[in-house]
Amino acid sequence: MTDLISPDVERLLLDATTSRSRRIKNRLASVWMLGALLVAVVPLALVIGYVLFKGIGQISVAWFTEDLPTITRKAGGGMGPAIVGTLLITLGAAVMAIPLGILGAIYLHEYGGKGRTARLIRLMADVMTGVPSIVMGLFVYTVWTLTFGLNGFGGSLALGCLMLPIIIRTTEEMLRLVPDELRQASYALGNRKWRTIMTVVLPASFGGITSGVMIAIARAAGETAPLVFTIGAARNLNLNIFEGPMTALSVQIFGNAQTPFEAAQSRAWGAALTLVAIVFAMTILARVVSSRVARRHAA
Amino acid sequence: MTLLTHDDSVAPAGGGDASSLLEPTSGRRGDSAFKVVALVAGLVVLAILGLIAVSTTKEAWPAFKQEGLGFVTSSTWIPAEGKFGALAFIYGTVLSSLIALVLAVPVSLGIALYANEAAPRRLRKPVVYVMDLLAAIPSVVYGLWGIIVLAPAIQPVYKAISGAVEDIPVLGWFFNGESGRSYMTAGIILAIMITPIVTSLSREVIATVPSAQREAAYGMGATRWEMIRAAVLPWSRGGIVGSVMLGLGRAMGETIAVALVIGSQPQITTHLFEAGDSMAAVIVNQFGEASGIHRSALIGLGVVLFGVTIIVNVSARGIVGRFDRRSQGA
Repeated sequence: MTDLISPDVERLLLDATTSRSRRIKNRLASVWMLGALLVAVVPLALVIGYVLFKGIGQISVAWFTEDLPTITRKAGGGMGPAIVGTLLITLGAAVMAIPLGILGAIYLHEYGGKGRTARLIRLMADVMTGVPSIVMGLFVYTVWTLTFGLNGFGGSLALGCLMLPIIIRTTEEMLRLVPDELRQASYALGNRKWRTIMTVVLPASFGGITSGVMIAIARAAGETAPLVFTIGAARNLNLNIFEGPMTALSVQIFGNAQTPFEAAQSRAWGAALTLVAIVFAMTILARVVSSRVARRHAA
Repeated sequence: MTLLTHDDSVAPAGGGDASSLLEPTSGRRGDSAFKVVALVAGLVVLAILGLIAVSTTKEAWPAFKQEGLGFVTSSTWIPAEGKFGALAFIYGTVLSSLIALVLAVPVSLGIALYANEAAPRRLRKPVVYVMDLLAAIPSVVYGLWGIIVLAPAIQPVYKAISGAVEDIPVLGWFFNGESGRSYMTAGIILAIMITPIVTSLSREVIATVPSAQREAAYGMGATRWEMIRAAVLPWSRGGIVGSVMLGLGRAMGETIAVALVIGSQPQITTHLFEAGDSMAAVIVNQFGEASGIHRSALIGLGVVLFGVTIIVNVSARGIVGRFDRRSQGA
């Protein structure tokens, strides 16, 4: 992390004191490190470029308002039901996962500490972040869809399961940043522990928690595999997540990408652009929130 | 992503329960109710993991019972004849993930070192930013790009390479075939997807190397590369291995992108440029039209995948945890 000496001085020192082969090795290592960055940036630029250029032509008022076309190989129709589906299903997941996740984190940091239960929950939350999203989909299929049929809520359950551990772990990190002096000050005023947590600790870490939650939501909004088994397929707008099949942007991209038809593929690019825009907006917003909070802390 | 998980020494927070001396019992009851609610929320994690294991295994049981050990040792998967041997899918999952690791690890490590050790200060934040954006792109979008843009574009390259190395032993075994949708294409897409994860996790680890170690190396007259080799890498080796394994877990579970570009032809072959299939991909591709024992076999694949990713993740956390304790000097 430290820049001990300026790059120019470093080069001078190296040239004066270091043997040729050591200099070459050092140079090669620098080339590797910088090259690695370029190698990673190329696909990012390509993917974003393609999504932008191929998707932008699809975007119009009808894109947001109309139902999906009945015949997928012909142009026309819109993506309205999928956009609404993605938003509703993700919202349903967030409504379940955010309070549970924050409460779980409160237990881990404010109560559990390094006790055995807390350590186990912490480890399992970490393990849960690693459970493949398709397994979450199969899980919800077996416990929900088999009994209650295909509907948006099944998708919300699966996405909620994916969000929960991320929210728990990021929130706990944020609670750790709250200085103990704040808690002690609150106790000194005669506040109970639960009041201290609700009125002092949570507000103090609000920014960080919000940014972690938004990252989790953004991650969930882009998921496909858990939705394929649980929400079914719909062409028309369905605003009730508890009843009847729905559709989502990611599912539309997946379905349309597999067809050989030009119009369907264009629709996939349009849906990809819409989805990436939603996800990027949330990610960048999360960054802004957290950096603003960091600045306030630094001040 | 949090890799350096816990500084157990600071928790639990709060200065004991001295306040309880002051208040009537009603307040105390509110307190313990709140604690119970929080605990239950935490236990939900355990409940969900337990439920996943039980409910999926139950649904998969008919297939497990019919196939026995053959489920993972046979490679004959013919749903119409009721034969379900998943070996070719397991092979495909492992092979595509390994290709992804081979491609992604040098790149991720390079970026992590660049961002922490070599980049000019004002470039470090943007590097992290770019990695965040890479991680945020949904996998289905990578899959879309892979199937429509990458696969057709890379097919002539495969053809040229396999033509060139045809007669060379070893190389000829691997770099053979000419399918645009193939193990290799799946590996490339997976590599793009896990690079940001492995990068950000190893960057966190590298950031914990004490400056004193770096300064000592510089003080001995080391070049930057010699400093990295002597001070940074030995210190963070455990954590880096852990991050790579977490990346492996992610690659093995990835479904949609792989389903789109791997070609959906289960076969056990060393030819990297030929079509294959993976566990997650076959589940999502066949689930729609499957019923009865076929469906139960697909859920069985999910159970195997769940087991394998749990093992990979727990051992990764173990490695990281051991490293974590050491870096705290305990």
